[in-house]
Formats: sequence, structure tokens, C-alpha cells
Amino acid sequence: MLLSMEFDIKAGDFVLAGEASSKIKDALKKLGVKPEILKKVAIISYEAEMNIVIHSVGGVLKAIISKDKIEIIAEDRGPGIENIELAMMEGYSTAPEEIRNLGFGAGMGLPNMKKYSDHFEIESQKGTGTRVYMVVFNK
Amino acid sequence: MPFNLHSIMLDREKCRGCTNCIKKCPTEAIRVRSSKARIIDQRCIDCGECIRTCPYHAKYAVTNSLDDIKKYEYKVALPAPSFYAQFETDDINKLLHALLEIGFDDIFEVAKAAEIVTEFTKEFISKKRDKRPIISSACPAVVRLIQTKFPDLIDNILPLASPMEVAAHLAKKRINRQKGIEIDRIGAFFISPCAAKMTYVNLPLGFERSYVDGVIAIKDIYGLVRSKLKSMNDVEPISISSGKGIGWAASGGESLALGIDEYVNVDGIHNVIKVLEEIENGRLNNIVYFEGLACSGGCVGGPLTVENPYVAKNRIKKWSSKLADKAQILEENTRKIVNDLGIKMEDLLFRKELEANPVLELDSDIEEAMKKYERVNEILKILPGLDCGACGSPTCKTLAEDIVRGLANDTDCIFILRENIKELANKMVELSNKLPPSLERDEE
Ligand code: SF4
Ligand code: SF4
Repeated sequence: MLLSMEFDIKAGDFVLAGEASSKIKDALKKLGVKPEILKKVAIISYEAEMNIVIHSVGGVLKAIISKDKIEIIAEDRGPGIENIELAMMEGYSTAPEEIRNLGFGAGMGLPNMKKYSDHFEIESQKGTGTRVYMVVFNK
Repeated sequence: MPFNLHSIMLDREKCRGCTNCIKKCPTEAIRVRSSKARIIDQRCIDCGECIRTCPYHAKYAVTNSLDDIKKYEYKVALPAPSFYAQFETDDINKLLHALLEIGFDDIFEVAKAAEIVTEFTKEFISKKRDKRPIISSACPAVVRLIQTKFPDLIDNILPLASPMEVAAHLAKKRINRQKGIEIDRIGAFFISPCAAKMTYVNLPLGFERSYVDGVIAIKDIYGLVRSKLKSMNDVEPISISSGKGIGWAASGGESLALGIDEYVNVDGIHNVIKVLEEIENGRLNNIVYFEGLACSGGCVGGPLTVENPYVAKNRIKKWSSKLADKAQILEENTRKIVNDLGIKMEDLLFRKELEANPVLELDSDIEEAMKKYERVNEILKILPGLDCGACGSPTCKTLAEDIVRGLANDTDCIFILRENIKELANKMVELSNKLPPSLERDEE
């Protein structure tokens, strides 16, 4: 059995930001997922959602929950990442000053997503968008 | 986890089933059935929000009476720091003497215990550098909130006994040494701003048993203490607390005492929830300490206090600065107690792990829970989404969950009921237009 959830994420909307990951967390709590797993999914889904809000022109956040694993997929519609290797480095950020002043965009998003997921894939095309696929095993 | 020993109760006579309380409860622990509120024991965290919101004063907290102290041969009062903020007086010692006059034999200030806890918290923080942020365990309502709604943050909770618990432990140790009275003949009573502390005594957090024997509500002895205060002149000084310990009564005082910069302090249960959400998202990893207090203003805003919390907070501030010049002597006092009684950080550490309280789970089997989750969503599509509370559940979502859990029916929703009745009425009209075959006229 699969439970899937999908959320539209608006770019630049810091008021609504975090709502999608909140709903994913709420679902996991209702399903009785173990605290360690919950913690990991909470962080990666929030970071993924924030990345869309900060860096993209909008996108979707998906969660597919099954007995064995939780998949989090973030897809956005551009502008894409020029240098993925660089983007994966801790502290590297392309976020503009005003967003950093809000306490976001410290360049930990992608590294944290990788750190807290059991499986991590990222694809990006300059101009088209970015897709991040993450799995946390529910063991 | 058995939660049925909690202390918030309902006076059925006074309850009018108005649904005010169900809306404010942070854990959705209240339902209205047959025009009366009902608390789901396992969900209640004893935060006291419902006591504050009930317009008919139907919610109350069960605490001990002053008579209960008579069961013990030697009675020690443990006044909460917030107790000091309830009265207009120029001398804290008068307050403590008033407690002696109403029947106690001895005092151990919880404010002093708070200073001791502060010292050991500093030690804990310096040893555990990897956990961020460490969450204060001083407010039992917040600890239970985390067990219930934020199980993934249980690991961040400071596993040290609260000032109340430390005060009881040390008081008994001291009295036993000084007076030779056996521990079980000493009764230690906390003078409390809240019901959450009563629940803690019934069901301790992090320990099998509490050293506290009972909890007396500040409001229950307020009048008595006040009348004693009036006739109190120069008294022998017995208070040994510094501004740091007394400061714990108001939100932020605990963090201030720690003397660190990287802390966040939040008061009011709904605000605490918002910040815990952020901690869950990994957003406060640079913060060393999180002080969350269920009551707005902190313990000075506790549901069993009397004084206006803003006035009370101001008094706490005044006491703190008034005692500032004595800070050094008082600090030496703390060290002396710690050394004399030979306490180490390890003595204050939790003996029992905090467990998650799984009441939010739809089912203990994940596949079953997933099915139920889908059903909740299907039901939600039919419900009007008005969150009106007329069904007795706080929101449409909670009603949907209650239905799936078998605790409610979809017709509990007045809109669905109305729809059904409308359908039924239409059918009746239709039926009433039909004639039995025996009466039907032949068509010509
Ligand atoms: S004390 Fe708090 S948790 Fe318990 S029923 Fe009242 S509002 Fe809900
Ligand atoms: S903030 Fe203080 S008074 Fe309020 S519930 Fe927590 S411990 Fe009790």
C-alpha cells in the first residue's frame, strides 16, 4: 500500500513555506513512524520545500509513503543549478542577501538533504529545473 | 503510558457544553458529548489551557489541601519561585515565615534548587556538545507535549530533575541529617502555580518516584498567607535564594541564569508548539538551549496563581535586581549546599527514559494506519470544513479521525445530518404523492 501526497510550492512565499512539510510530518505521526525516521524526513522535506521557495520559480513537493520507505521528491521549474558539485558543498549558497537576512539560504540545504536521507539523487538542467529524489528507509 | 492520573477535572454541573475549551486544547484532548465536555485522559498534558478558557469555570485542578500535610510528622514547604511574585511585600523572608505560620515546620526554596539545577545544566551542556538544542525539562506540560506531539524531539530533552524535584530531594536529605528524622516521616509539599506539577508527582517524568509528597495550589493558600503577612514585622532571615533562582518564575529566567547567548525562550503552549515545529525542521541547530513554558509569561502565569502575570513578572524583576548585590554570598551558599550534601550531576540525571505517548497514531500497525489515514481524507472531503465544533470534536479533521477510530459517526456533523434529513424529506414527499395500487385510477 502506498500513500502519496503532493503539494504545490510557490516561489518566494515565506508565509506559507513549511506548510507542506508540516503536513507530511503530521501524516507520519498519525502513521506511528518511528521518531528517528520522522526526524530525518522532517529535515529533508523541510529543506526541499525551502529550496523551492528560495531558489526556484515554483514547483511541487511529493511524499510517497509505504511500509518500508518514505520517498520525498522535489521538482521545480527552473532556473536549475549551474554547478551541482559546488551546490552540494556546505556553506555554498546563491541565496540573495535579503533571504539570508531572514535566516535562510545558509548553504546547508542540499548538504543536509543528502546527510539525512538514505538515498539521494539530484538532477538539474540550467534553465529547465531541478529534481531531487530522496529516500528514508522505514526500518 | 498510563496518563489517567492527570489532575485536570470537569465540574459537570457547571459545564454547559459550549465547545470553547475543545478549540483551545493543544492536544485535542477534549470532546463534547451529551452537552458535557469530556477529557481524553491519555491525551491531556495538564497545561491548564482549558481552565483558562472555560467561561463557566467548569474546569479545575485537583491538588492537595493544607489539611493533607498533617499526615506527616515533619512538614516542609517547597515554594515555587512564582509564589514570591504573588504578594506585595518588602521582604521575601516574611513570605517564608508566613508559610511556617500556616503549618509548615521547614522551608526549602525551589528557587535555590533552580540555582543548583542551573549549575548542573551548564555542566551537562558543556559535556553534550552534539545535541542541539537541548530542551528544558522544567515545565512538565511541555515535556508531555513533546512525548505526545513531538516524539522525535524526546532525545533533546534535558535529562535532569526539575527544581521542584531537586528541592524535595535535598530538603529531605538535609532534614534527615540535621534532625535525624526518617525520610518517610517528612512530608514535602510544593506550593504550586500549576496542575502539571501535580500530575508530575503522580506520574514522574524521568524517575520512578517523586520525592514530593503533595502539591498545594498557590491560590488555595493565598488568602491565608496574605492575612499572616499583615501582622508580620521584623523576621529572622531564612531566604537563601538569589535573583537567578527567583528569576525562573518568569519566562526567560532559566536561560538568563545559564549565562549563555544562544538560547531561545518561548511562553504560551501554542507558541511553544510553533517553535518545536521549527526545531523539528532542523532550523534551530545553532541554538544551545530552548526554554519552553506552557503558560504565557512563564510560571507567573500559571493557572493556579492569583496575581496578574504582568504585575507578577515585574515583581520578579525587582527581586532579582534587589538581590543582585548579595549575589556572591548567595552563590557561595549554593556551592555550600552542593558540597555539604555531596550532590553530583549524575545524582540528578533521569533514571527512566522518557517514552513517546502514541495517542496520535491511527493504528499500531502501519499498513492499517495507512488505510485509516486514507479513510480520514475521504471523510474530510464530505465534511464542510467549517470547524464549527458542533459535533463535539474540535475540527472537521478531528471528527474524521474520531469516526475512523470508531468514536463518532458522520451524522454527528449537523450539516451531514441536515443533508440526510433533506434527502429523507424529499423521499417522503415523493412517497406521499404515490397512491396504493388499489386506489390508482385507470388511465383513460
Ligand atoms: S489541560 Fe491542556 S491538554 Fe488537558 S484537556 Fe485542558 S487544554 Fe487539553
Ligand atoms: S509554565 Fe510553569 S506554571 Fe505553567 S505549566 Fe509549566 S511549570 Fe506549570
